[in-house]
Amino acid sequence: MIALLLRDIRLAMRAGGGFGLGLSFFLIVVVLVPFGVGPQSALLTVIAPGILWLGALLACLLSLDRILALDWEDGSLDLLATSPLPMEGIVSVKALAHWVTTGLPLVAAAPVLGLLLNLSEPGYKWLIISLFLGTPALSVIGTFGAALTVGLKRGGLLLSLLVLPLYVPTLIFGAEVARRGAEGLDATTPLLMLAGITCGTIALLPFASAAVLRVNLR
Amino acid sequence: MNLNAFWEYANPKKFIQTADRLLPWFAGLAAVTLVGGLIWGFFFTPADYRQGSTVKIIYLHVPSALMAINAWLMMLVTSLIWIVRRHHVSALAARAAAPVGMVMTLIALVTGAIWGQPMWGTWWAWDPRLTSFLILFLFYLGYIALWEAIENDDTAADLTSILCLVGSVFALLSRYAVNFWNQGLHQGASLSLDKEENVADVFWYPLLVCIAGFVFLFIALVLMRTRTEIRARRMRALLTRERMEA
Amino acid sequence: MMLQVSDLTIARGGIPVLEGVRFTLAPGQALVVRGPNGIGKTTLLRTIAGLQPPVSGRIDVPPESLVYAGHADGIKATLSVNENLKFWAEVFGQKDYSKAIEVFNLGPLATRPAGALSAGQKRRLGLARLLVTGRAIWVLDEPTVSLDTDAVAMFAHAVRGHLATGGMALMATHIDLGLGEAQVLDVAAFKAKPLADNDFDGAFL
Repeated sequence: MIALLLRDIRLAMRAGGGFGLGLSFFLIVVVLVPFGVGPQSALLTVIAPGILWLGALLACLLSLDRILALDWEDGSLDLLATSPLPMEGIVSVKALAHWVTTGLPLVAAAPVLGLLLNLSEPGYKWLIISLFLGTPALSVIGTFGAALTVGLKRGGLLLSLLVLPLYVPTLIFGAEVARRGAEGLDATTPLLMLAGITCGTIALLPFASAAVLRVNLR
Repeated sequence: MNLNAFWEYANPKKFIQTADRLLPWFAGLAAVTLVGGLIWGFFFTPADYRQGSTVKIIYLHVPSALMAINAWLMMLVTSLIWIVRRHHVSALAARAAAPVGMVMTLIALVTGAIWGQPMWGTWWAWDPRLTSFLILFLFYLGYIALWEAIENDDTAADLTSILCLVGSVFALLSRYAVNFWNQGLHQGASLSLDKEENVADVFWYPLLVCIAGFVFLFIALVLMRTRTEIRARRMRALLTRERMEA
Repeated sequence: MMLQVSDLTIARGGIPVLEGVRFTLAPGQALVVRGPNGIGKTTLLRTIAGLQPPVSGRIDVPPESLVYAGHADGIKATLSVNENLKFWAEVFGQKDYSKAIEVFNLGPLATRPAGALSAGQKRRLGLARLLVTGRAIWVLDEPTVSLDTDAVAMFAHAVRGHLATGGMALMATHIDLGLGEAQVLDVAAFKAKPLADNDFDGAFL
């Protein structure tokens, strides 16, 4: 399992692995927002938490099809499925590797991009906390979507269509934590709900992902 | 009747025979109750003292919203039956119900917008109930798209069943998340068994008839579509076999 | 330790292709699966490897004893030959992969990224993976594709070495590997008979 995790991270870091693609996309989205809504800093302050969450979510979405599709194409997935690793473990590790190479850099980059959007002072702490707690759920849910569409030739668009509705609760609670934090309100309730969703998806969704992947490998 | 007899209807041939027999009855019942209920509701009920005649759209809005949710529930049950007992008809019934449920969701959304315009002065508000239905609509879209995208029927049935299961959990989660996110303008449930603040009897009886009409319509449509899906599936199976023997 | 297949029926895309397949593989034995294209050799091997469920019948195989190699090698182009082998060794709980390098003469290529290898060299790397798993039953689908004569000899040598240590090999191949002791199973004899047209049951055929 650890070997698989290290391999996936190494593959992502090497040339053509797509590491940094999500980050660049996040940066571009955030840069484009002021062009769309205008440069008034008061307005940007209000929408900054939501935009940062949405940007992180989209950046995460962008790299989902790489989680399983590459291993599917070169046959590794068949070989992994017949290896001693349990399928549930494989999808969990894949999700973890995706989070380490995509989610974690997004969490780190978010405060810097917050500066661009004039995020209010107390907002930074809550933005980082909410993204740190919420992005694992995005990776796990995304792995489920990737497992559903792994055998399809043009699965990218379908993947987004399937995964985005599943992202709704995470986005609502995550952005709510960031927004309340930025406005100096109490963010405990949405924070607990966000943590609950993350724990729940990490605990249960790998079973669904594994079942789906087994069906797709038949 | 013992329970095992029920599973006989999982045989496609038997299902088609039964559907052929039942369909005219359900279609007829749907026509009678819908026409009757809507005429009763539109022309023979007083205008509400606050909402005026706009309230009459309730006879389309409430039943379609109910069926939008019930269709998903039916898909959930049939998906579970497919996962547990591997009856092909069950999976095809879920596939047949999805577009019907999606259209019901759309009707609920559109009638809601038409009702909302005079009442709240806006076509659309990010009210929790409205938003939940919009999200439900997205779930239907994804579910149908997945069915369409996969060539192998068994694989498609397996994947969509699991998506339906997972989607149900997330749809429920979204419902609560959306409630938390915005408290909303929508009135409480118009129908409940024990509340005093139910709609008055004059509106209530035609509404019940309309709901019954939508239920019959739904059953008739799903029977018809399942029958078609079974035949299409049979045709694809025969074609595949021909290709393999060639 | 035996691989025992009895009365196996397998399907591709929901349609039975082979039925009544039976054979036994004891330690030290090799079995070559033969048959025309499209008869269901790959499906049979994938079913035995556990990637897809059989329609009916039994596959008795000791747990954790089987390794599968399909048409694709599962090689990562950006990892070096060493890294690829080391990864698979770790997945199967093994440490030493030097023997695999030696048997398939990958030593000179060990630090090259796998993407820079030729097709035949990649295939050798894919087959070397079998040796690092430490599993007894090899299930191989067309293992000799894109191998030159020398490499085929290398592979035959590897299989013979494996059989000599009590291993087993089940493979679909058209090339004669010069394995005198290998039995041949012609699956064309097990071709599933089409069902009657009007038999319209739960499976639609």
